[in-house]
Amino acid sequence: MSEVKSHGKTISEKILSVKSGQDAQAGDTVVCRADGLVGTDGSIPMAIDYFEKMGGSRVVDPEHIVFALDHYAPAPTPQAAALQDQIRDFARLHGITVNEVGDGISHQLVVESGRAKPGTLFIGADSHSVTYGAFNVFAIGIGSSDLAAAMISGKIWLKVPDTIQVTLSGTMPEGVYAKDIALTLVGELGADGAAYQALEFNGPAVAQLEIDDRLVLSNMAAEMGAKVGIFPADKKTFTYLGDQVSKRAEATASDPDAIYSRQVTIDLSSLDPQIALPHQIDKVVPIDSASDVPIHMVYLGTCTGGRVSDFEEALRILKAGGGVVPETKLVIAPASRAILKELTRDGLMGEFAALGAVVLTPGCGACCGTCGEIPGDGVNVISTANRNFKGRMGNANAAIYLASPATCAASAVRGRITDPRELYR
Amino acid sequence: MTGLRLEGRARIVGDDVNTDYIITSKRKRDSLDPKVLSRFLLETVDPAFAASVRPGDILVAGKNFGCGSAMEVAATVILGAGIPAVLAQSFSRTYYRNAINNGLFPIVCETSGISEGDILVITADQDIMVRNEATGQSAVAQSLPPIVRGIVMAGGLVPYFRQHGDFEI
Repeated sequence: MSEVKSHGKTISEKILSVKSGQDAQAGDTVVCRADGLVGTDGSIPMAIDYFEKMGGSRVVDPEHIVFALDHYAPAPTPQAAALQDQIRDFARLHGITVNEVGDGISHQLVVESGRAKPGTLFIGADSHSVTYGAFNVFAIGIGSSDLAAAMISGKIWLKVPDTIQVTLSGTMPEGVYAKDIALTLVGELGADGAAYQALEFNGPAVAQLEIDDRLVLSNMAAEMGAKVGIFPADKKTFTYLGDQVSKRAEATASDPDAIYSRQVTIDLSSLDPQIALPHQIDKVVPIDSASDVPIHMVYLGTCTGGRVSDFEEALRILKAGGGVVPETKLVIAPASRAILKELTRDGLMGEFAALGAVVLTPGCGACCGTCGEIPGDGVNVISTANRNFKGRMGNANAAIYLASPATCAASAVRGRITDPRELYR
Repeated sequence: MTGLRLEGRARIVGDDVNTDYIITSKRKRDSLDPKVLSRFLLETVDPAFAASVRPGDILVAGKNFGCGSAMEVAATVILGAGIPAVLAQSFSRTYYRNAINNGLFPIVCETSGISEGDILVITADQDIMVRNEATGQSAVAQSLPPIVRGIVMAGGLVPYFRQHGDFEI
């Protein structure tokens, strides 16, 4: 398909070369074998429909499939409950394991399972499947029909993307978090600035970023239209995955002479906390341009900002600031049951309850307005989520601001958008 | 794809129309039927839009059409409303895949000169051409990679898989 070229390869070109069995270069269209498939109750019912219409009879490699009931958890209507039953029946028939209502968000479950190993290809019928890029996985979001075709064939067609190199340098100052880096990047590139392209993160600051931080950056690659947001694998990757030496060989690094479509450099030490204003993800401003906006609801959760470290940081600031103002509602949803258990074991859930938090089932509901806490008309929400489209949380007459867990917590303390650095001692 | 010809009224939407705007997530928890959902097409952007759609209308967007969630109902709901094609300066990649896979024709071309209600004629032979009957202007749309062309020619991924049972490499 493509002539042999003398330049080196990006991480994406290397993984897709291995998975397609051919020399994959940016711009080529290749058919690849997937190592992992992911579906949710938001996408599986349609995939079952396509599977049957395509003439599917058996699922190849059911052990490579993760199903999670997370979008309608708990089921808000009899219709949603019926769709979940349809998924359970299909999964039982084909030997696929279902993560039940309350287990958590599919992406967090994949992360916790250790399945997302360096150098692999994951396709997930949910746009935030890009999250596993944090583990050096070529992880992309797809629709239900692609999931159905992959359940039948184990394969997917992919255009090999151009790659934008994102170089991270410097050290994050106090009050600045991975979410602020992600929002800065979204503001810089725009909502379609990485369309059809891969983001490849590297630079001297990558080694300092914890896995939780990398997950935020990979997760929000979707908000720039990127196909993947991929990191190199390092000691932290292998430690998280259980340090399996056998897996190290498959980790994929880019060549020094790889060709990039664009280079973006972010000096983390220069960053301030950032806010995405309603109703566009790329309307990003430094926090001092948004302070004093009254906040009626604070949401801590989602596949972007619902992990243990997020709740720890938020609680630290809530306690430093003396709790939540009465006019503001604090709503929390741990991203998984494992996170809920850890927060409970360590006493954090009790502290959140004492602060008056509304506690939701682990899942996606409140983020995409399918169930959970729907904001009222005229309500300003500040959230740790990844999207602030009009109506995203279930009410087009509410306004959603996006920020780090620390900024969200500080805003709960004051009842208005607040720089978390004002609350540090 | 040879011989494909579509003709319809241009229905203009803007840049960055996300899939939640095309059809809100809360609607699909009760039904996935494109016909049912098409009553709520683009309701967040314009509550009167769905009722104004006539079968054969062609959606004309700016850049980054279909960004956000990968939910596939955002493609089928447009077909459910009787709209066979979407023209945009660019599509989000998940939306582009979903459109191809469902037989909704995604056409990448310059759309800034098209106005609401203009009659558009789309032909797909060797090239994909868009002619605006109102202005007399024609544009050549972006061509398709061979495997994508194969799926489009089959009418979507369902008929493609029924024919081939697998991806033809």
